[in-house]
Amino acid sequence: MSIIEVDKLTKYYGKSRGIVDVSFREEEGEIFGFIGPNGAGKSTTIRLLLSLIHPTSGSARVYGKNVTTHGPEIRRDIGYLPSEVFYYEGMKVIDLLKYSASFFDGDCTQRMRELSEYMELEMNRRISDLSYGNKKKVGIVQGLLHSPKLLFLDEPTAGLDPLMQRKFFDLIRKENARGVTVFFSSHILGEVQRLCNRVGIIREGKIVEISDIRTLQKNNYKKVRVMAKGLKPADVKLAGVTNVQTDNGTLSFFFKGDINAVVKKIGGMKLEDVTIEEPTLEEIFMHYYE
Amino acid sequence: MSATIYRHEFLARINSVLVWSVSAAAFLILVFSIYPGFADEAAMINEIWAKFPPELLAAFGMNKLNMTTVLGFYGFMLIFIQLFLAIQAGNYGFGLVSIEENELTADFLLTKPVSRSQVLLSKLLAALTSMFLTTLVVWAGTLVCMALYAGGREYDSSTLLLMMLSLPIFQIFFLGVGLVVSLLVKRVRSVTPYSLGLAFGSYVLAAFSGMLGDVKLELITPFKHFDPAYIVEHGALNTPLVLLNLAVTLVALAACYILYIRRDIPAVS
Repeated sequence: MSIIEVDKLTKYYGKSRGIVDVSFREEEGEIFGFIGPNGAGKSTTIRLLLSLIHPTSGSARVYGKNVTTHGPEIRRDIGYLPSEVFYYEGMKVIDLLKYSASFFDGDCTQRMRELSEYMELEMNRRISDLSYGNKKKVGIVQGLLHSPKLLFLDEPTAGLDPLMQRKFFDLIRKENARGVTVFFSSHILGEVQRLCNRVGIIREGKIVEISDIRTLQKNNYKKVRVMAKGLKPADVKLAGVTNVQTDNGTLSFFFKGDINAVVKKIGGMKLEDVTIEEPTLEEIFMHYYE
Repeated sequence: MSATIYRHEFLARINSVLVWSVSAAAFLILVFSIYPGFADEAAMINEIWAKFPPELLAAFGMNKLNMTTVLGFYGFMLIFIQLFLAIQAGNYGFGLVSIEENELTADFLLTKPVSRSQVLLSKLLAALTSMFLTTLVVWAGTLVCMALYAGGREYDSSTLLLMMLSLPIFQIFFLGVGLVVSLLVKRVRSVTPYSLGLAFGSYVLAAFSGMLGDVKLELITPFKHFDPAYIVEHGALNTPLVLLNLAVTLVALAACYILYIRRDIPAVS
């Protein structure tokens, strides 16, 4: 079942572009990565799905319900962690969390304690006294305390130290294992690569690619490096070879096409070493933005 | 309406309500304490007033109010109480949704399972409660003034009651207009300049209207809609103007509803 269905969603802020004709689907239990640089429209998409803003045209459905007409109902099962968190400065952490919990049915106290303990959050401090990273932890706990079935994470790791980032990712994986669907927006490709099944790449408000993260890597070029005496670029002249560089007996190039062709070609050489690597998402990503 | 939001909003304003209420009532009682002196020296006071330029007296509505009578003096005081309450109501109106958007907590609130109309209604009711608590304290202050300083002088209690009861309608006007303006402008960065501007602006218009005589400024300023001098003089409200005031308030509140339902909540910029 599709949890999120976005159909030709368009948002203009006056004359300036938010997103244009964005369409995608996210299935139940997926972790969908939404990547793009700042200002590409990632947050706009999330804010539309949360009905914080209203679409100029197109439609979006969450749990099969239209976000503009069924917002409150949908939000009962949604958790949201924005990139920058802002809370009522005068409140204590515990009071804010209780206020947050009071919007949902059922008792969230137990889960609130567990999450705070796990994220090492001190509950008795005032929000205004918290550092940015600690406010972020408040955000994580308040986004998860009502056990939502769908999580919107908008560049969630900003401000968290590496240790906390890892704990946070573990937490998200655990949630996902329980069946929680995750929509994960980020411009840090490493974390998307680590966490997501599928990715959508957005650029200047438009989706440029949606694909399985493995397919994305497989269908892309390979990075090949061979070490042998007296290698010249002409030795690897093949269709699909690009970006050939020689450095002191090492020849490296990108290759896209049937891998057997390359293997056959270098199979005849007397090699000292060879590596064939998949490109990082970073490199694929740059390719879409060139 | 959401009891959770109502409670949160009300508690967030509790200190402000306390300060406004206590200072309004204290101001009323303190200034009213000079009234017995005024009344005792009525002839002399009226003689002094006669030497003032009539325009100045008109600006403060003192040409129509006999300040040596209980109601005349109270009417004079009421203008300042109105100004006071207008600023408070304006503060609550302009800040009702804009503070939350400025401090970017609106994202927190509006991603909860509540509808925009629930949010607006709960916030409005909380602000109304806060405002009327202040009104209650002002009413109590009025009764204290009468008990302490009226000193057995005759006054028409139904006219006094009318002046007291006009306050809440007057306040809702500023709450509604403040809110609708805050939804119409792009962003309210700070609430106080707006509320001071609206309150003093309408007050100055009313003052000019008095000075210039036959100018139709009374149509647009609530200080004229609920002019204490008129109420004291006629023992009744100026019904057409009060109806006009109510109509403006209702239109403003209806516009707020439509604007807020469709509003795009600004993100971090």
